[in-house]
Amino acid sequence: MNIKKILLITLLYLISFVNAYSQETDIFVQSLIDKTSKILSDNISKEQKITELKVVAKETVDIKGVSLYTLGSFVKTLDQSQQDKYNTLFENYFLKSFSSRLVDYKNPEIIITSKEVINESYTIVNSSLKGTSDRPEIKIDWRIYTKNPDKPLIRDLIIEGLSLARTQKEEFESVLNSNNGDINALFKILEEYSKN
Amino acid sequence: MKKTILAILLSFLLISNLNASSKEELLLNKNQPSEIKDCFETLNRATFTFNKALDGLIFKPAAKVYKTFPSPVRNGISNSLDNLSNLVTIPNNIIQGDLNKAGKNSGRFLINTTVGILGLIDVAKHVGLQNYEKEDYGQSLAVLGVGPGCYLVLPVLGPSTVRDSAASLINIAGGDAWYNVTVKNDTHYFNDFDYYSSMVTSGINFRAKNYDSIDSLEKNSIDFYASVKSLYLQDRQQKILNTNKVVDTQDDSSWEEIDN
Repeated sequence: MNIKKILLITLLYLISFVNAYSQETDIFVQSLIDKTSKILSDNISKEQKITELKVVAKETVDIKGVSLYTLGSFVKTLDQSQQDKYNTLFENYFLKSFSSRLVDYKNPEIIITSKEVINESYTIVNSSLKGTSDRPEIKIDWRIYTKNPDKPLIRDLIIEGLSLARTQKEEFESVLNSNNGDINALFKILEEYSKN
Repeated sequence: MKKTILAILLSFLLISNLNASSKEELLLNKNQPSEIKDCFETLNRATFTFNKALDGLIFKPAAKVYKTFPSPVRNGISNSLDNLSNLVTIPNNIIQGDLNKAGKNSGRFLINTTVGILGLIDVAKHVGLQNYEKEDYGQSLAVLGVGPGCYLVLPVLGPSTVRDSAASLINIAGGDAWYNVTVKNDTHYFNDFDYYSSMVTSGINFRAKNYDSIDSLEKNSIDFYASVKSLYLQDRQQKILNTNKVVDTQDDSSWEEIDN
């Protein structure tokens, strides 16, 4: 076998590997969209919808990763018990925020348009939410964490170029800055949000 | 001889690309939301509270009524406002050196104002002049290298930066042809009312388009002021860079930090 053939086989292998790899993220997002659409269009109570949306979020979102991202370098100043408390509070906060933002949508039509592999850890899947008479078409990009290719997870939703994780991070930063970096102030706000 | 020309051409292209890339990088860094300081936070938060009250009293109820108008009416109003905004966008396309877009937008304005009945119908998009993007003097200053300065919340008008607020003064100093023919000069065809009513309608149109999103954001925010500030600055950065590509504006370093 000459060198040209070896190179060609290696190239074909790499191309097929990259394609299979990015296709997985497409399928992953499409399956999430299908599950969510079904829940939202099902004839069940709002409370049941919220419960089911929370299950979907737990399965598909890297909540721990998002929680670390939103606290940024501040997380290093926390001791273990504070970190554990933060992770629990963030998960409750996130699930409530996620489900209550989505629950009022009725049968959203989302179409996947393209994807871009940024590196081995991240792929951006591009999609678009079909416009209605009440709102224009909305571009939604999904940041998928692909470090473990067998279990891709969502780390961010970027709506019309605006990152929800980044907004969350800057919101938490603002709360901490207004309270002289006191993590307990953030804990209190997260607790109150989850209770209400 | 051919080789020499080719080498010169390639070097030139390479240098141009390097310059373009470093210019974009500089723009990105300068307008990075996390780099923009909130020097007047106390005053900004007070103005934000005032604006929120004003929204509850005027803009939100007006947007609620506006949303009940038939879709073709709302589209017509929205198209007409977009068409008027060309009068600020076109000079800014020129300032930013984007003559191609200036030409396209001039075409859009001429077609939509005449065939499209004062901009009510977006005829231009059916003749290949789609994808209209608004430009303003703040974006032009940013492209020329002026930094954003501190974050600022203006009464009624909402989030801005020192640069963008100062740049908006250019509109009333002759930079907006619509302002010139309505408020600044007595043209007998238009008057002050036309200008200010178009501004108020623009505000109501924006509020109506984002009615549910704003309500949902307020309901689910633990610091609504900080959320609005973050979203505004991200949006602004994207508009200055004139990009729709997520990878151009998203800062990956914070994500990389948690993976290490």
